[in-house]
Amino acid sequence: MSPQLEIQLIAMLVAAACALPGVFLVLRRTAMVSDAISHTILFGIVIGFLVVRDLASPWLMAGATLTGVLTVWLVELLTRTRRVHEDAAIGLVFPLLFSLAVIMISRFAGNVHLDNDAVLLGEIGFAPFDRLVLLGVDLPRAMWVMGGILAANLLFIGVCYKELKLSTFDAGLATALGFSPALLHYGLMTLVSLTAVGAFDAVGAILVVALMIGPPAAAYLLTDRLARMVGLSVAIGALSALAGYWLARTLDTTIAGAMATMIGVSFALVFVFAPQRGMIALLRRRAGQRWIVAQQMLAAHLLQHEGTPAAEDESRLSTLGEHLRWSPGFVVGVVRRAEAGDLVRRDGDALRLTARGRALAVAAMTR
Amino acid sequence: MDLLTDYTLRSIALGAAALGIVSGILGCFAVLRRQALLGDAMSHAALPGVVLAFMLTGSRAPLVLVCGAALAGWLGALAVLAIVRLSRIKEDSAFGLVLSVFFAVGMLLLSMLQRSGAGGQAGLDKYLFGQAAALVTSDVITIAALGALTLLVLAVFWKEFQLLSFDPDYAASLGYPVRALDILLTSLIVLAIVIGLQLVGVVLMSAMLVAPAVAARQWTNRLGTMALLAGGFGALAGVTGAVISATGRGLATGPVIVVCISVVVLASLAFAPGRGILWGWLRQRRSRRRLAAGDGARP
Amino acid sequence: MDRSTAAIDVTDLTVAYHDTPVLWDVDVRVPHGVLMAIVGPNGAGKTTLIKAILGLVRPAAGQTLIDGAPYAQQRQRVGYVPQRGSVDWDFPTSVLDVVMMGRYGQLGWFRRPGKRERELALAALETVQLQQYADRQISQLSGGQQQRVFLARALVQDAQVYFMDEPFAGVDAVTERAIIGVLQGLRAAGKTVVVVHHDLQTVPEYFDWVTLLNVRVIACGPVAEAFTDEHLRRAYGGRIAFLGGGSGEPHPAPPAEHDAGPAVIVGTPR
Repeated sequence: MSPQLEIQLIAMLVAAACALPGVFLVLRRTAMVSDAISHTILFGIVIGFLVVRDLASPWLMAGATLTGVLTVWLVELLTRTRRVHEDAAIGLVFPLLFSLAVIMISRFAGNVHLDNDAVLLGEIGFAPFDRLVLLGVDLPRAMWVMGGILAANLLFIGVCYKELKLSTFDAGLATALGFSPALLHYGLMTLVSLTAVGAFDAVGAILVVALMIGPPAAAYLLTDRLARMVGLSVAIGALSALAGYWLARTLDTTIAGAMATMIGVSFALVFVFAPQRGMIALLRRRAGQRWIVAQQMLAAHLLQHEGTPAAEDESRLSTLGEHLRWSPGFVVGVVRRAEAGDLVRRDGDALRLTARGRALAVAAMTR
Repeated sequence: MDLLTDYTLRSIALGAAALGIVSGILGCFAVLRRQALLGDAMSHAALPGVVLAFMLTGSRAPLVLVCGAALAGWLGALAVLAIVRLSRIKEDSAFGLVLSVFFAVGMLLLSMLQRSGAGGQAGLDKYLFGQAAALVTSDVITIAALGALTLLVLAVFWKEFQLLSFDPDYAASLGYPVRALDILLTSLIVLAIVIGLQLVGVVLMSAMLVAPAVAARQWTNRLGTMALLAGGFGALAGVTGAVISATGRGLATGPVIVVCISVVVLASLAFAPGRGILWGWLRQRRSRRRLAAGDGARP
Repeated sequence: MDRSTAAIDVTDLTVAYHDTPVLWDVDVRVPHGVLMAIVGPNGAGKTTLIKAILGLVRPAAGQTLIDGAPYAQQRQRVGYVPQRGSVDWDFPTSVLDVVMMGRYGQLGWFRRPGKRERELALAALETVQLQQYADRQISQLSGGQQQRVFLARALVQDAQVYFMDEPFAGVDAVTERAIIGVLQGLRAAGKTVVVVHHDLQTVPEYFDWVTLLNVRVIACGPVAEAFTDEHLRRAYGGRIAFLGGGSGEPHPAPPAEHDAGPAVIVGTPR
């Protein structure tokens, strides 16, 4: 395998591994936790490095993962004191740990390849040069690591799929049925943390957030089924990563930055053009709804005043706009549509409900 | 002693103090309106603005870069709003997405600049983590002028912003244009963010909004006092951090300032009279002991 | 005050959130000097009706007039008490500051509240019996006290028409009495008070006018005419239970239509 191919494979592996736990972060409305975790694992990485002096040590990975989980716990602890709201608690904890890490890097670890660029962008471009032979197979270390993390994520989600689905949808019910949402929550947070640690080498601390949140957010606009959302997230993440690699080569720039940028582009495309839940579909639907609701309103208005002394005045085409506070143009549009739909007919200047129109009004008002 | 004699140090301290005051005071509103994470998203989103402003104008004048940052920060806030309004994506995902993607675009552009070896690009690095030592007089003047403008607008609309933050529906019922006030206040927060970028950097700037306000909230129950205290805490941490970083060996300023302000926050959370966690804990222990004693007295 | 026009005149009001109408062609006319309850099941649009009148939500059709003129021109004559849960009670501000917010409408832009505003606010606090709490932080108050702070804030607006969204939610019986006393005082002074109310039992006792709402207006008028079994059944559908006569419920003689003298309770399943 050429190094270039290996880089592309690693990029796709990282994106796929990140997208899996990301689905549940997005659905549980805890996306910003990934922001906090991805920053604070740096603290764990630096401390671990200062202890074991080896960036590739599994102990360092374990320690860094633990820091991520610790962050979640710290935020919860701060929130529980009721002195700080959750958003502010997140905004307090991760800058502190991240700052300490950055200071320690420049004071104690400046000589190793753990500088600001590595922290913010990772070094996916160098990944093929750090190799690991396992079971006689010689692959870049990052590929082994991310493959393992991807497998772990798949395993966890596969085994706990039902429980995750239930506790995400209805934590109260999950507790009542004897599944501990807290346990699942921390299980998920451990995975998020582990994935962020694994991805850190490749894409750095901040861009992990894009990989975790972007693909699931896009997938959320494409499907209503959880299983499909998981699959789509992985696909969107991997394809964006691939596109990012080629963008980076074309522009001669950072691969990690381009990967995250392409995830943004993918999301933007889905956000605008998604068939059911995209922006265009939504705006068109809302515009259509406006006319439908207006026709219902017209029918309901005529029905309300049918047979009352004010009926003549309320149903006159010329005064309708005044009563409903509709602009003349809007009145014309609504009446034209209502006539075409056989909801009303004209009787001189007055509007009369047809049988259809009366049925619609009754149905709309008794809903 | 250095602080009084060394001209460079003095201007750095001045800039840091101005930044601390402005971000501390504006941060009170961000925190009270639960917009801490919006601040984070907007500050990260400012990066592509800085880089693009430089790429388009070729100028490193602080005002040019600040304008770019402010525009991009605003665009980030708008993107969050659009995503939440026009899809079923929730706020937290929108924040995370905007923050990381805007930042990615910024890093992509920055990296392109660096590899093309464009002249003067070295100066843009400092917008990541801040670099007090690189602060020059024109930067300090920009910071101070923008800061003064921000505070002036805040003072003029103080009563309205207070009402908006506490009870926006009621403000609307009194006839205040709530949407316009909201936009104005958010713009001021964006300004507070961009004037801090040179000293603290995009990655950590949100902490300068959140931390002083949270610390100040523990000491007082009045918005006015809280704002003054937050400004004071912000200035204290800013000056301390900037001076340590400028005199230390190559320490980025942002992280140092954040550590300083975090110490203030931790001390306030623990020891502030009334709300301090320590006092609450002691109270609880005392009452528990009293209860236990009462139980013991019973047969 | 012009007695020929209604205090509140809502005509053909429809409010829709996207495709879901929350209020259908609502007509409500409230004369001056009455204390009116808006009652109806959950989701009936009670809060939306108030918000639409106050211009806080945009109606899809229809109009509302206060004293014969659109709300935008009559702001100074209208006071509003939002739901207590709509604000963050941990906000760093004192009781007196919150009450003084009621003067902001009269103060207009830029002017700060001064001595006069302080005095008015203190007087309003005295009316709701909270004068000794003026300097307290608002989170240190009980739910009932917080509700009375909101009431005091509306009182300093010195309005002609008041809108109150569930002022009795989560308050104890004593506070409820105190609040209703203040409201009846307002009515005695010729003001019009509109209250979103939940407890059907107390409607005949507290109010003299009532609007039964369930997306549409079921009935609107004096309690004796509008608050009937039939109207209640139509407003609440099957979700209402009637107790037989002589149940000993502590409320005054029911309206004329209640020949059997039933007391009414809501059995809204939650």
